[in-house]
Amino acid sequence: MTDTALDTAPADTRAAVTVPAGSGRRFRGDSRGTGARPVGGSARGRLRRQLTPWLFVAGAVGLLLVFTYWPAANLLYYSITDWDGLDLTKNVIGFDNYVEVFTNPRIFSVFGVSLYYFAASFVQMALALYFATILSFSTRFANFFKGVLFFPYLINGVAIGFVFLYLFQPGGTLDTALGWFGLSDPPHWLGDPDIVNTSLAATSVWRYTGLNFVLFLGAIQSIPHEIYEAAELDGANRWQQFWAIILPGIRRVVGLSFILAISGSLSVFEIPFIMTGGANGSSTFVIETISTAFNFRNVGLASAMAVVLLVIVLIVTWIQRKVFPDEKVDLT
Amino acid sequence: MATKAVARLALLAVAGLALSGCSAGGAEDASNTIDGEVKGDITVVTWRTDLVEDGTFDEYAKEFQKLYPDVNVTFEGITDYEGEMKTRLSSTNYGDVIGIPTMQPSQFEQFLEPLGETADFEDTYRFLTTHTYEGTQYGLAIGGNAQGVLYNTRVFEEAGVTELPTSEEEWLAALQKVKDNTDAIPLYTNYKDGWPLSQSFSNLGSITNNPDAGIEMAEDPAPWTEGTDIYAIDSLLYESVAAGLTEEDPLTTNWEQSKVDIATGKIGAMTLGSWAISQMQAAAEDNGASPDDIGYMAFPSNIDGTQYALIGGDYNLGISKHSKAKAAAWAWIQWLIEDSGFTETQGMISTVAEKPLPDNLSGFTENGVELFEVNPAPAGKESLLSDVSNDSQIDLWGQLYRQKMVDIARGAADGDKESYFAELNERWGASVGKLAG
Repeated sequence: MTDTALDTAPADTRAAVTVPAGSGRRFRGDSRGTGARPVGGSARGRLRRQLTPWLFVAGAVGLLLVFTYWPAANLLYYSITDWDGLDLTKNVIGFDNYVEVFTNPRIFSVFGVSLYYFAASFVQMALALYFATILSFSTRFANFFKGVLFFPYLINGVAIGFVFLYLFQPGGTLDTALGWFGLSDPPHWLGDPDIVNTSLAATSVWRYTGLNFVLFLGAIQSIPHEIYEAAELDGANRWQQFWAIILPGIRRVVGLSFILAISGSLSVFEIPFIMTGGANGSSTFVIETISTAFNFRNVGLASAMAVVLLVIVLIVTWIQRKVFPDEKVDLT
Repeated sequence: MATKAVARLALLAVAGLALSGCSAGGAEDASNTIDGEVKGDITVVTWRTDLVEDGTFDEYAKEFQKLYPDVNVTFEGITDYEGEMKTRLSSTNYGDVIGIPTMQPSQFEQFLEPLGETADFEDTYRFLTTHTYEGTQYGLAIGGNAQGVLYNTRVFEEAGVTELPTSEEEWLAALQKVKDNTDAIPLYTNYKDGWPLSQSFSNLGSITNNPDAGIEMAEDPAPWTEGTDIYAIDSLLYESVAAGLTEEDPLTTNWEQSKVDIATGKIGAMTLGSWAISQMQAAAEDNGASPDDIGYMAFPSNIDGTQYALIGGDYNLGISKHSKAKAAAWAWIQWLIEDSGFTETQGMISTVAEKPLPDNLSGFTENGVELFEVNPAPAGKESLLSDVSNDSQIDLWGQLYRQKMVDIARGAADGDKESYFAELNERWGASVGKLAG
């Protein structure tokens, strides 16, 4: 998610920069129109009027620079030092950290765990698409179900971690519920190394389905209603309507969701961190980065890992855009 | 015109950044030394949020102000103390009296006010060895703990364990009895919370009665070999897990709940420092059990029948280099350690050498356990052990490699004890070769 924020950030700055030129002109025109001040005015007044629009921009751009680009620049700097996170002096050691990231097999092996979350994102999107389609037609209690489906996304990730921790406990909620159906010997959902990542990925699906659902629902509802009516007149059933109208109509949103899913599964963090702390083979790249920085006091190497992750996500997104270009949707 | 405005704006932004970056510093007052006049405002930054919230510290402050009326003491409790303090140390505003977070001895002078020559403190205080660098003392322990194993005496009695175990075989036999004869979990690892797993590491030296065990380990290319302290410590955990004497699903353990469970006899034993005794006794009282059920024993090992246990300092208190009332901060530290009665109420060993051991360690002395302190690392090698640990990514003070070990022991990861200890030796040896050279 953060990476997509970075993606869009330059566009925001461009937009912000182009606005003041126009508003500045309007400002001058206003003052001339009201005649409150003589045209030209004092030198100070003119300076102030010219500066005003820039001051408006300064707030937004300033925040962006201080809280996004300045830390990012620091991260790049730390990644070429041997800083331990505490010492007042930082020694520049060149690209040794990057060499370490790519040569130490322990660091890259954890990407295998991301595959679980990547696979889960397909389940997640299928579920979201299914519910979005059903609920976009007139369904009984549609608004209630919309609320129920979106609700998990509103809950704080830490709370979700704890809720599912209790759910997965031996003899916990899940085991009790399974017991009602006669399943008396359930596995250890988190303790069994073959199941732990599936359990965690399922938690992630539960949490993020709501987001995909809302995106899909919004896109589906923006499809003009007449098209459905025309399709119904032609005798298309719901399934055919889905394939011929809905899916092509929301292709862009599906594409966007895939980008989010891939970058998300590469940088999974809170759910495994809170529920298992990365133990039992559930560690992800971000958890490894955190332990490198704070358990092994190696902020330099951890910064390099963060930069590498950013670059990987950027490359994957770029490849995705190349392979599946953003085609214009045309339903007519 | 427009470009000029942009240039001005840019200049403004840069100036703003520069200003915000160097608001630090401030005038250095020559009279602001630890020997100066005891007055001013001090902020005590502490990890004991419980004592800040229940007003215990405010009571201390009142007592303190009776002696030093010109000092105003405020407290700031931080829950994630270690992590947050490490970030705050990069600023100049991290309180006046702080619990010193883990750092290399060579870094003390960057953040802390020197308290004086270590030699001058040696007659009065215990636990000086961890926070001295090149003969200068930078911190005093708030109190100290003994290392060993916490257990529930009632559970052990019910199980029919009459003699406390003094070796790994006896330990496993005792736990087996607990498993067979009671409903309690014999040993609780607290695997999920992680840090309790690292507590047993503090016994390094107890097994071989060697106060230099730390530095010897830092220079040993293969420390996970039978006969060393670390082998005995990790082997005890491995064998207990492998024999099925620990909790069923370690991924769902819960530290807060474990306090209640050991107090009420649902857990037999946990490897924790003696600091935990008072917390477990409190949990016993809150849950209708007897505080007398909480027992403490030495690490199950012996040399010719004698057991040894390490005692060491808890968090050390130090004075911020940037404090504006260093004398008041120093007065507070000395008063808290010597006169406040803090260690007595907390059940800790007092830092003052002449004060007696706390009552909760009476079981220790009755069983003839001999107590000793570690020696400071030799000059130039103060950080060697942690450097090797960081470089080999074997987190001696953390849980990561021990969690892996528990996973192997319970059959949830590939390998066995021999192969994992061999892997640890290989990684450790490579770093020793690189750093200890």
